[in-house]
Amino acid sequence: MCTTCGCGKGQTLVGGRRPGGGHAFARQHKPGKELRYRAPEEGVIRAPVRAPALFPDTLDFGAGPAGTHAPGMSQTRMVKIERDILAKNNDYADENRRYFSSRGIFALNLVSSPGSGKTTLLVKTITALNGMQPLAVIEGDQQTDNDAARIRATGAPALQINTGKGCHLDAHMVGQAMGRLALKNDSLLLIENVGNLVCPAGFDLGEAHKVVMFSVTEGEDKPLKYPDMFRAADLMLLSKCDLLPHLDFDADLAMANARRVNPDIQVIRVSATSGEGLDEWLEWIKAGCRLCSIARVHP
Amino acid sequence: MHEISIAESVLQIIEDTARAEGYARVKVVWLEIGQLAGVEAESLRFCFDVVARDSIALDARLEIIETAGLGWCMECACNRVVTSRYEPCPDCGSFRMEVTGGDEMRVRELEVE
Repeated sequence: MCTTCGCGKGQTLVGGRRPGGGHAFARQHKPGKELRYRAPEEGVIRAPVRAPALFPDTLDFGAGPAGTHAPGMSQTRMVKIERDILAKNNDYADENRRYFSSRGIFALNLVSSPGSGKTTLLVKTITALNGMQPLAVIEGDQQTDNDAARIRATGAPALQINTGKGCHLDAHMVGQAMGRLALKNDSLLLIENVGNLVCPAGFDLGEAHKVVMFSVTEGEDKPLKYPDMFRAADLMLLSKCDLLPHLDFDADLAMANARRVNPDIQVIRVSATSGEGLDEWLEWIKAGCRLCSIARVHP
Repeated sequence: MHEISIAESVLQIIEDTARAEGYARVKVVWLEIGQLAGVEAESLRFCFDVVARDSIALDARLEIIETAGLGWCMECACNRVVTSRYEPCPDCGSFRMEVTGGDEMRVRELEVE
């Protein structure tokens, strides 16, 4: 039965003909098609029925299954939401960011595919900083405490987050980890994300920069295959460069591909084994730390 | 895997709104997913069906509105439609394109009762 005028099933006409299956629902109609209802004793009334509104600034009362709206009558209704799906994560990320800036903490989110050498480079970095820079590390992996144990062996505090089935760290996880690490003012926080070039691109952790690692044992076209990540990063570390003489890898092409996706990305060629590029990487970190602590004192 | 997190966030938004708006069942969920948002629509549908079990969105239909990717070409100084992040400007061929739209993911509307 029509929820508005009470006309029965079988009286509905579509283009002058009876439709096949019961009452016509608005969503089964393409925009522009018309339904004809026959109201009791008044002949045919043309009642245009539209598909649900697709325009954000339209409040379409004709979009319910009844195809119309009557005050006080029960029918399904449309609820405007207009909410960013990642809003919750972004709220947590903003909270983390405020925490970092009020304490002058320089936070980096290290991302890459599995096995590109993130942990090895972190161990080298921490050793090279040699206690001159207060720092802490958050390690993200699906399982095991192995990476955090490698970091702790250098003497730096490290906390492991196991995401279980999750494929990325989110801002809430990092916020909880920060609370347990007792971060010092003007310190460096290195967050090693789960090895994955897809999902971590979409989840802001509140970091100052995403740093993407890309090893020379991968393909030169990796930035083109995973553009979101290379777009989201501010710095690319081309790692394992000591292996270049033994490979066919074209480092210039790899960098050109990264710049094609992100013209502003900075690139440093590094090797944790030979030490190539480590000084430049350390200078980049120290410059970031200095800026963060200046911003804390002179907000 | 990533789509599961997104589906869970969508369900959370639906449940939060249900408390505020007072509805008991969701029939259709209208999502706006940008072409450059990096979300696979089919995978999102599958994940949403899984996370919506035993919730007010059980059997809810997902309507995904795909919005076009937009890039600002720094050479031409104007917006251009792009389908990927590494695409050159269709007019001048420059790669200096800044994505200005089509990377959003939003819950736009719900049909509820």
